[in-house]
Amino acid sequence: MITVENLTKTFTLHILGDKKIEACRDVSFRVPPAGFLGLAGPSGAGKSTVLKCMYRTYLAGSGAIRYQSATHGMVDLATLPDQAVIDIRHREMGYVSQFLKVIPRVSALNVVMEPIVSRNGVTRAVARKRATSLLERLRIPAHLFDAYPATFSGGEQQRVNIARAVSWQPRLLLLDEPTASLDQDSVGIVLDILKELRQEGTTMIGIFHDAMLLQSVTDSVYHIG
Amino acid sequence: MQPLIRIRGLTKRFGSGCDRCLAATGPEHDTNLCPHCGSVLACNDLSFDLFPGEALGVVGESGSGKSTLVRLLHFEWEASAGSMDVHRSAAGSHLLAEMFPENGDYSRNLLLLSHFQRRQMRNALMGIVYQNPHLGLRMGVSSGGNIAERLLGAGWRNIAKMRQRAAELLEKTEIPIQRMDEPPANFSGGMQQRVQIAKALSNNPMILFLDEVTTGLDLSVQARVLDLIRNLRSEFNLSMLVVSHDLGVINLLCQRTMVMKAGHIVEDGLTDQILQDPQHRYTQLLVASQL
Amino acid sequence: MPLHEWPKRNDGQEHDLEHRSGYPFGFMDEGAKKEIRRAILKAVAIPGYQVPYGSREMPIARGWGTGGLQITLALIQPDDILKVIDQGCDGSVNAVNIKKFVAKVAGVTVTTDTAAATIIQTRHRIPEEHMTDQQILVLQVPYPEALREVEPSEVETRRMHAEADYSRMWLYLYEDIVHYGEITISYRYPVTVNGRYITDPSPIPRWDVPKLHMADTLFLFGAGREKRIYAIPPHTTVVPLEFEDHPFRTENFTGKSCARCGATESFLDEVIDNTEGVRSFFCSDSGYCDKRREQCSR
Ligand SMILES: Nc1ncnc2c1ncn2[C@@H]1O[C@H](COP(=O)(O)OP(=O)(O)O)[C@@H](O)[C@H]1O
Ligand SMILES: Nc1ncnc2c1ncn2[C@@H]1O[C@H](COP(=O)(O)OP(=O)(O)O)[C@@H](O)[C@H]1O
Ligand SMILES: [Mg+2]
Ligand SMILES: [Mg+2]
Ligand SMILES: [Zn+2]
Repeated sequence: MITVENLTKTFTLHILGDKKIEACRDVSFRVPPAGFLGLAGPSGAGKSTVLKCMYRTYLAGSGAIRYQSATHGMVDLATLPDQAVIDIRHREMGYVSQFLKVIPRVSALNVVMEPIVSRNGVTRAVARKRATSLLERLRIPAHLFDAYPATFSGGEQQRVNIARAVSWQPRLLLLDEPTASLDQDSVGIVLDILKELRQEGTTMIGIFHDAMLLQSVTDSVYHIG
Repeated sequence: MQPLIRIRGLTKRFGSGCDRCLAATGPEHDTNLCPHCGSVLACNDLSFDLFPGEALGVVGESGSGKSTLVRLLHFEWEASAGSMDVHRSAAGSHLLAEMFPENGDYSRNLLLLSHFQRRQMRNALMGIVYQNPHLGLRMGVSSGGNIAERLLGAGWRNIAKMRQRAAELLEKTEIPIQRMDEPPANFSGGMQQRVQIAKALSNNPMILFLDEVTTGLDLSVQARVLDLIRNLRSEFNLSMLVVSHDLGVINLLCQRTMVMKAGHIVEDGLTDQILQDPQHRYTQLLVASQL
Repeated sequence: MPLHEWPKRNDGQEHDLEHRSGYPFGFMDEGAKKEIRRAILKAVAIPGYQVPYGSREMPIARGWGTGGLQITLALIQPDDILKVIDQGCDGSVNAVNIKKFVAKVAGVTVTTDTAAATIIQTRHRIPEEHMTDQQILVLQVPYPEALREVEPSEVETRRMHAEADYSRMWLYLYEDIVHYGEITISYRYPVTVNGRYITDPSPIPRWDVPKLHMADTLFLFGAGREKRIYAIPPHTTVVPLEFEDHPFRTENFTGKSCARCGATESFLDEVIDNTEGVRSFFCSDSGYCDKRREQCSR
């Protein structure tokens, strides 16, 4: 499904006298369809950098990120034109980090509904039902559904974030410490949801703070650094 | 997916120009002013594509050429060089078929059309919202009349139908319909921007140009205008060129962004990449100073 | 030489006219006439388009019909029969003066009968009687630019005409309807000529506007002060600006008739008797009214 070959990323900070920071070097791994790869390594090793290069939030320096797209065929996400990346993001590839990055002034329910409506081609009623059940399952109090997530606690924001990322069942899901700010019960619920998603066929690559957790959800682990 | 419009080599020079203009201006010289002949190269050899349904951001400091770019594309100013082709599938394609009867996916260079044809093309394809509502609205004419003007330009000749259309658009842009016959001069800045947006949308444009539409508005008013634009974009399936010096606005509206400096596009990419992994020295400075 | 000393036409020595008066036939020199005729030809070729020309000094003040007068003088031939009217009236001082002047300098016959005239110079009216393709109506125009109401700049109005960018004119009418419930323009009602140019028909009442449409007669418009000539050739469409739900309407005189001739189908002027305050109506077209009275008395 996805093969990373010798991915290397170096930041050049022009405003700091062209200072160079090597964020990752020669990262190579392969994930089969519906597989779940964990990325491990010490802080600063470049785990997040790898995920962001795959999502094109960072431009890969060298190497290849080969992805078997459902609509674009075999592509290299390192060099694919922006427009195609946007399309793959829209149709196939999800990304969730520990930081909520949602649109301001949109209610929690709408934050979760929006990708379902725009990507799954279902009616608003169906999307609402699916979004509501996800939020309920993640134990977001019902009175918060119509509130803006910007005002939520860290844990609540994170659960809305996860609900949004999984709601539309992406084909490829990139997870960067999605459970970092969650309590033990919530972590369990999230893991259950991820498991179901895999059963539906989603391929995942994830970074988890907790080594135990990493071992329990992934089926292989790649060590960076 | 094929681009809706293709821009190639778009250049606007104020002044006579000389052979050294190109070499002596641009981001590496930090100026658009040719020291040899005194010409201003407000836009220099810009090439990019705008795709159907996308919001493309244009950021850059004041004077970098953003508004000039918009005015060239909106046919307000004459380009010194360059081309602009539009895909045949664009709305108003009957116009395209009339003007360009030969085959091919794209029109010939729209910048070479007569003034009359460019006006027709603009009326059929484009809408614009300026930072300064005085540029986009007739302050002494009723708000409904401002909208009707575009409809009249497109050949509408029924008062009741035009008023109905104006009422619909004002409702969408959250202007109380009972104020339709009042001139925008009576309205607040945020309301004036919303009337401008209603006017820009009246002819169901394919392409909407937004030039610093929230600059100068109070924060809460800005937020409302931005929310409105976001909603309208999905409702009308608009392609938008969003010009702003504010990365926050761009981040909210645009998936793709171009960075301008001294008349050049120094960098373009997905908006999150521009913000989190800026490549060009100038973009890094811009991001560092804004976020 | 004073006008009253100019030779009469029928003294059998036409060429002597020029020699004896010191002025060329028709007052203007041939060069000036040629230029005006060329402007007229261009105007006829591009219906409704305002052709600039070098307006001459006339022995009457600008603004008193010099534009119309120059056209008349450039066209007139010794065997023409001239009628001059001012707001429909043959007898007004201005009309009479212009008529006398042209009759002298061109030695032509004059008339008040619309049907008998070959050239009719007019200010602010079109005669009620049907005109034929053997006649020319010369209209005096104070403000030739129909778009001036909405755009003060000449450069800009020229651009608007060139690009047929007329939405602002239409907007003006829209606003009129929104604010007053109807289009309030009563004179100088803008028309689209030949489907192209928006044109000022001169300050004729709306009543006269339909007479311009697909007429048999050539209409020539002269603005002396503004140095413009334009034309509506015969058999040309002239459509007043109107909306589907607010159609163009002429003045309505239903139930009224001319107190002199009884006409019910002519443009009527309202006259209020000063002493008794009684309102009565009279034909604005005096020649038409006179003719009807003659016919009735016969
Ligand atoms: N946008 C960036 N600009 C500059 N340096 C960065 C950027 N992102 C990451 N880095 C640097 O790259 C290295 C790897 O970071 P990261 O991928 O976040 O590591 P990890 O996720 O493994 O903790 C770090 O030294 C970090 O400071
Ligand atoms: N009419 C003009 N004549 C000369 N220079 C101009 C004119 N209009 C704009 N410029 C110059 O072109 C450059 C780009 O201006 P503009 O497009 O308004 O920039 P921005 O919108 O990015 O602030 C500036 O240097 C400006 O001074
Ligand atoms: Mg990290
Ligand atoms: Mg600007
Ligand atoms: Zn009468």
